Order: sequence, then C-alpha cells, then structure tokens
Amino acid sequence: MKILVCISKTPDTTAKIAFTEGNTKFDENGVQWIINPYDEWYALVKAIELKEKDPSTIIHLVTVGMADAEPIIRKALALGGDEAIRINSNSNDSFNVAKQIATVAKEGSYDIIFTGKETIDYNSASIGSMLSAILDMPFVSLANKLDLNENTAIVRREIESGEETCEVNLPVVISCQKGMAEQRIPNMRGIMAARTKPLKVVEPIEVSATTSIKKFDTPAAKSGVKLVDPANMDELVRLLKEEAKVI
Amino acid sequence: MVLVYIDQADQQIKKSSLEAMSYGAALAKQLGCEVAALVLGTVQDNLADLGKNGAQKVYHLKNESLNTLDVKVHSSIIATAAKNANATVVVFAHNINGKAIAPAVSVKLEAGLVSGASSLPNTENGFVVTKTVFSGKAFASIQIETPIKVIAINQNSFGLVAYDNTATVEELNLPIPPASIKITKLEKVEGEIPLTEASLVVSGGRGLKGPENWGILLDLAKALGAATACSRPVSDSDWRPHHEHVGQTGIQIAPNLYIAIGISGAIQHLAGVNRSKTIVVINKDPEAPFFKAADYGVVGDAFEVVPALTTAILKMKSNA
Repeated sequence: MKILVCISKTPDTTAKIAFTEGNTKFDENGVQWIINPYDEWYALVKAIELKEKDPSTIIHLVTVGMADAEPIIRKALALGGDEAIRINSNSNDSFNVAKQIATVAKEGSYDIIFTGKETIDYNSASIGSMLSAILDMPFVSLANKLDLNENTAIVRREIESGEETCEVNLPVVISCQKGMAEQRIPNMRGIMAARTKPLKVVEPIEVSATTSIKKFDTPAAKSGVKLVDPANMDELVRLLKEEAKVI
Repeated sequence: MVLVYIDQADQQIKKSSLEAMSYGAALAKQLGCEVAALVLGTVQDNLADLGKNGAQKVYHLKNESLNTLDVKVHSSIIATAAKNANATVVVFAHNINGKAIAPAVSVKLEAGLVSGASSLPNTENGFVVTKTVFSGKAFASIQIETPIKVIAINQNSFGLVAYDNTATVEELNLPIPPASIKITKLEKVEGEIPLTEASLVVSGGRGLKGPENWGILLDLAKALGAATACSRPVSDSDWRPHHEHVGQTGIQIAPNLYIAIGISGAIQHLAGVNRSKTIVVINKDPEAPFFKAADYGVVGDAFEVVPALTTAILKMKSNA
C-alpha cells in the first residue's frame, strides 16, 4: 500500500488577517504557520493509522511551497510518514497546484491520495477533486471514516441529508474531515526521526495560470452591538422583524 | 451561454441550487447571453418551474443512477453537456455536492475556477470574481484568465429572484459512464432542516450547562422554524450530535439569522458563522468576545431570556 498525503502550510487559526502592498499580498508579519488542520489531523493521521495496521504501508507527503514551508513538512514528518516531496513553487492557483501534485502522484503510483477537506486560508476545497479529474481516479469528498478491504476502500462520507457509506476500488482520491482520525501531537522520537527523513525538492512543471488574485479586502467592521434589555424580548423581536428584517 | 448545475438531494432540488439559478440568470443578463439549467437524475420537482428562478431552458438527463453523487460520473456528464451547449460560464452552488464536482468539471473544461464566490463578477475589465477567504475573515478578488469560467456561489449569499418565466425542458441523451463508487449504506438525518440550507439557526454552547437543558433552545427553534446547531465543546461532550457542530472544524454556515446562546465566541467558532447576515448573542458574561461580532446582544441568564424570547416570537406570529 502506497499513500500520498497532500500537506498545505496555512496561517494559525488565530492569526491576524491583514494585507500589504496595496492589499494585494497577505501580510506574513508575525504570523505563526501551521499544517492546515484538515491535512494534519485527519488526512495525515489517518494515513499513519493505516500504516500502524499494515507496517508495509509507505507514506509520502507532498507540498507545493517555497523553502519556508520546510518547518511545516518536518513537523508533519515528525507525526509520521516516510519521506516528503516539496514542489518548489509559490503558486496559489488551485489548478496549477493540482497539476504539480498530479505529476508527483503519477510517478509514485499511489493507492490512496489523501487531502484535507479544504485549506483554512483559501477555503476552495478544490485540490482533491481536481487531482481526481487529472489522474482519472474516483473521488470521495468529506470522508469521516475509512476501512480497507484488500483493494477496496469502504468510506463513510457526509452528504446533504446525512451520511452514506460507499465502496470504491483503489486507486482513489479522498478528502478528509472530522471523524476520520484522532488528533495527535508529535513525540520526541518522531521529532528526532523526522530530522533524517528524506525531503526531496523538485522543480515545478510549466502550467499556465487559470486564475490570479487581484486584491484582498477585509469585511466592513460591524457597526457595534446593539444591546437589548433582557426583560424586553418584544423589543428584540421587533428589531429582528423591522430593522434586520430576518424573521 | 451560462449553464447552471441544479443539484438535488433525495430527488428534490436544493434551495442553494435555486440561488445558483438566480445568480446564473443575473450573470447571463450582465453578459447578454442565454441561461440554462442542467438537472441530472430523477427529481420530483416540475422542471419547467426553474423558469421562476430565471432559467430559459432546462437540460435534463433523467436516469436514477445519477441521484447519488459519483464525482467521476457527474463531472464527466456536466463537462460534456457544457461543451455541447457552448457554455462559457458554468455555475454551481458551493454546497456539499457542488464543492466536490465543480473543481473536476473545471479541469475537464480547462476552465479557471472560483470556488466560494460571494457576488456577481465584475466584467468591466476582464472577469473578476470575489470570494471569501481565510474562513470568512477576508475577501479575495480573483481574475479568471481562461475562456471558459466555473463559479461555485456561496450558499445564502445571492438571494432568490422571482421571474415570470416557464422554462422549456429538453431531455438529454448522453452516455452515462460506468459508476466509480458503490453506495452500500445510507444514514439520513430525518425530519430536521439541514444546517447549511437553513436561513434561521439557533445554536447553544457550554453556557447551557448540560444536554438536559436543551429544551428551551429547541422550543425557540420550533417557534422560529429554525435549525439547531452547537459549539465544538458541546458536540465533543456528546451533548448534541456531531452534525450540529458549527465552526472552523465543523460546518460553516451563513444563515440570515444566527442566535448564539451561551457561546463565548472563540475565533474558531466565529470562523464557522461570521458570514451570517444577523447575529444575536445571548450570554450572561458581558465580556464574552462574541458580543464584538454580534448585531444584537442580550446580557442575561439564558434560562430566563430564551423562554421569554420564545414567548415574544409566538406572540408576534399570532398577531401577524
């Protein structure tokens, strides 16, 4: 069994979101970087759980990013995984990123490709679906449980009206969310081992961008909370009906 | 032509797809072109009625096997239908199915994608679509550089627009690729309003002290016709089911009204609800950070305030 886990570097969930250079660039000043939580807690840890069940499993990590992404990759390797590949590109065009990862995926002939359900910076939830289309593989999104039965994955996923379980033949691309695995923290042995695990850097292939970011904006600040007397709920109802017009 | 993918769940057209239809119709008007809907599977709704949401034409591939999501199959059919109709823009609802299918369709059409769009594109100089980023804490304006564009529009960000149209329905006869997944078990959540579709949501946090106290919240939700939600500690403690958990790691929602009861408003919770149009916070702690993100606040004991609010709502409804 060979598994590829896609890892993205994102600002910490509590990071201040601000922009520079005329609102065209994310302000990285003072930002703590983390592994995108869905990639770490659910995709990577699920891969590690599968390797614990079957130690012959090989886990590769892949990220698209510049050298400053390496501390994040080392942290991921400290949790688990055998080696990592960094594609040396700072593209933020989903299609470009998916094409780069697909190139690595084709070379490695993986049985399962895991992604998180989305990244917490661009929130596009696109890479898994795009990869499946480029690689002509089935795609299961929003998975919260997975078991393997030889060459078949039994996956439970979220759907609009609840959950459903499906069977899919490998190879497959799966996007992971809460429920898929239990969150862990790296231990000292893992951190030491990660220092010597291979981290390969490859140059990106040429892909013409399909999108480009023109500018960022932050939403207008709320004008301030209007406090309502707890003894006067008729007034709150009136405000919701006549002022906010939401009921 | 603008082609809008109309998604279904349990053979019923989703509200988010009707919003996508209204969005597509407005976009077609802006671009001066036609707009059509694409429906896959068997649905109970009258398809000609999609005209009331702006469709001029409805393409329908009627086959039961398409009622459940198989991204490989659905994306392939949608891409073929889009090519056959010479679509220049394909619109999806950014819901569970749309999020899964739209990126694959964009690859097949070699089209740039904006996923999670929040408004109509600016087409004065190019084709620039605004989308929410950083979990609702910012917007990005994204230029699509390709001749064909794919847009997935956020739920509840573009209202339904009523049109006085009847759409013509054309049955499509496209080959259906072999299934890539097999559904073996379905666990439906019965009788509840799905959170992502709900326009009114009542949500509870640790301030309610225990699952036995949820009655006051359920009464309020019932009086309003609202869906119920909860914070992460509540679902982690199994006071409420996991599918009710809204926040960074749970469901992200954008209802018209979000009433937060006994929720302090941690940044991870706000990331799941900050696109709500109106936020009401009920908390006995005046320092709760949630008040900073609220439109209306009530500083008081939830066990008194919530039943009083329910009574006031019922009174308003009986006078209406």
